[in-house]
Amino acid sequence: MSQLLQHLINGLASGTIYALVALGYTMVYGVLKLINFAHGDVMMVGVYMGYATAFALGREAQRSLWGVVVIFAVAMGGCALLGFLIERFAYRPLREKPRLTALITAIGISFALSYGFQLDIGFLPGASPRAFPEVIVPTEWFIVGDRDVVVWNWQVISFLIAVTLMGALQFLVYRTRFGMAMRAVSWDHRTAALMGIPTDRIIALTFMLSSGLAAGAGLLYAIKDTSVSPLMGLYVGLKAFVAAVIGGIGNVPGAVVGALLLGLVEEFVVGYAASTWRDAVAFGFLILVLLVKPGGLFGRVAAEKV
Amino acid sequence: MATPGATTLPDDMAGPIPPALRGILPVLLALPVLALAEWTLGASPFATYLLSVVGVNIILAVSLNIVNGMTGQFSIGHAGFMAVGAYIAGVTSLSFKEVALSFLPVAASDQVLFVVALLAGGACAALCGFLVGLPSLRLRGDYLAIVTLGFGEIIRVFVQNTEAFGRALGLSGIPQYSSVAMVYFWVFAVVLVARRIAGSSHGRSLWAIREDEVAAEAMGVDTTGYKVRAFVISSFFAGIAGGLFAHFVPIINPGSFTFVKSMEIVVMVVLGGLGSTTGAIVAAIFLTLLPEGLRSLFGALGAEGSLAQKVDQIRMPVYGVLLVVLMLARPQGLFGTKELWDVLPRWLPRKKKGLT
Repeated sequence: MSQLLQHLINGLASGTIYALVALGYTMVYGVLKLINFAHGDVMMVGVYMGYATAFALGREAQRSLWGVVVIFAVAMGGCALLGFLIERFAYRPLREKPRLTALITAIGISFALSYGFQLDIGFLPGASPRAFPEVIVPTEWFIVGDRDVVVWNWQVISFLIAVTLMGALQFLVYRTRFGMAMRAVSWDHRTAALMGIPTDRIIALTFMLSSGLAAGAGLLYAIKDTSVSPLMGLYVGLKAFVAAVIGGIGNVPGAVVGALLLGLVEEFVVGYAASTWRDAVAFGFLILVLLVKPGGLFGRVAAEKV
Repeated sequence: MATPGATTLPDDMAGPIPPALRGILPVLLALPVLALAEWTLGASPFATYLLSVVGVNIILAVSLNIVNGMTGQFSIGHAGFMAVGAYIAGVTSLSFKEVALSFLPVAASDQVLFVVALLAGGACAALCGFLVGLPSLRLRGDYLAIVTLGFGEIIRVFVQNTEAFGRALGLSGIPQYSSVAMVYFWVFAVVLVARRIAGSSHGRSLWAIREDEVAAEAMGVDTTGYKVRAFVISSFFAGIAGGLFAHFVPIINPGSFTFVKSMEIVVMVVLGGLGSTTGAIVAAIFLTLLPEGLRSLFGALGAEGSLAQKVDQIRMPVYGVLLVVLMLARPQGLFGTKELWDVLPRWLPRKKKGLT
């Protein structure tokens, strides 16, 4: 019983992090109908930015509250800028082209980033994973019984940060003018442009928002995993993407539910079966969901017109 | 009557050749050349290895082109089918190790068993292709791409956890039956099949699905059937390529069949032009030889020995940048849907237009 509870907590903790990354996929897909394959790699770049900032701050400063805030701010801001550049120079010229070209471009950017960061030329970090500094010193906060169930402080903190960011996003999308413009672009971006909505600016801002969120999620993941490597974006990104598709891509609550489900399923597989099967189970779960509901759990399948 | 064979031979020349021979004539013509190549290359293991890798990559690129280029279903899990072929062929060969067909000389018997192993690998890969093609009944576009990706990863994890396939260590001791002649025989086979599909009514349906799936369905094209068949054919040849690969490298392990390998093949197809068989061939040759060329170039420069070692590291980011630049500058790839002879200079003799 206590083992089950522990797995539930761990699953939810990793699920919330997946959810933050998955939200980025969902938002971009919502406005552009583009699977932004490079999303996970943008996240990875953000984690390296946070890593560099933490080093620049030094050991004492990085553990203080303002240090953590600075690390998050630099990483999220830097990533937003990176997202803007990618959108401006890689995706915008392709906006009127077939969707496949944009997908291939996204895969190209993903490869350029994840393998580019494996080079050890100049400032690039090299292929081997590095230890992420202990920005939040791990302590056990709640212990039930004789260490039957343990809740770590980083689990609670990342859960709170994730929930806050999600709430802010929900507010932004459904309660602000920007959010309304975003939903209009997502519905029909030509008509939205005719109604005077600056679609280019909205799409660029959506990209910056999703990339910034990704950086925040990546930092939480790195704190949990205590390591950072150039390939983390490929794997975390793929998982988050699977989560977004399970929930129905383009649907904000769907992404969160899908991510939590995926986190739990993975945790239970690792806990009760074998950890080596984790990736296969994630994809098997995805295929199963898609076969039953082709648009994801909360998605709708749009009828195609000729 | 415009038979598909007419696309490989001008009509006025087709007269004296029996129709049954027309399709396989290029193979018959090529066999002595291949035998000669095999005989001359015997002394140079490196050239043999390089040519085999090029051939395997051509098979992979041309077969993926049937799904990605002709049918327009973006598959990004081709390495998974290759893995199925490689492992099944490898295991089959290992179990045949003590077997010999007594009525044949040893070398010939080995080759017969090798072909049996290859076909077993190809058949299993085709079965997997059938399984992956089936969801295309309900999924299209990006979703199908993700399912193929997921399938490739599932195969990799499955292989990694199966005792019979050597887990993460892989299979070793597979007999090295593969030869340049054998690899290029299959290259000819896959190119022939791809070209004949492209010219047939079957191919017309595939092109129709690629251009507009809904319209094709409205015109009475059995879209699911054609898509599944394209997947089966494509994955069969991917399996063959995997089997060939398993029989000339000393060891196969799950690390050879990752997402990265799938992407390498996708880059080849996209660079050559989605839908162009000859484009896929040219791109496969170019991209396979490029790292080797750069390595020997850097090696020849001398002092910068470390640069030559970094070629493999630099390759993947360069592939990524190449994809982005290609999509921005020339999204249709080098050849678009045209074949090599459509873009050759005017003064070369040209065949009559058989395909669009």
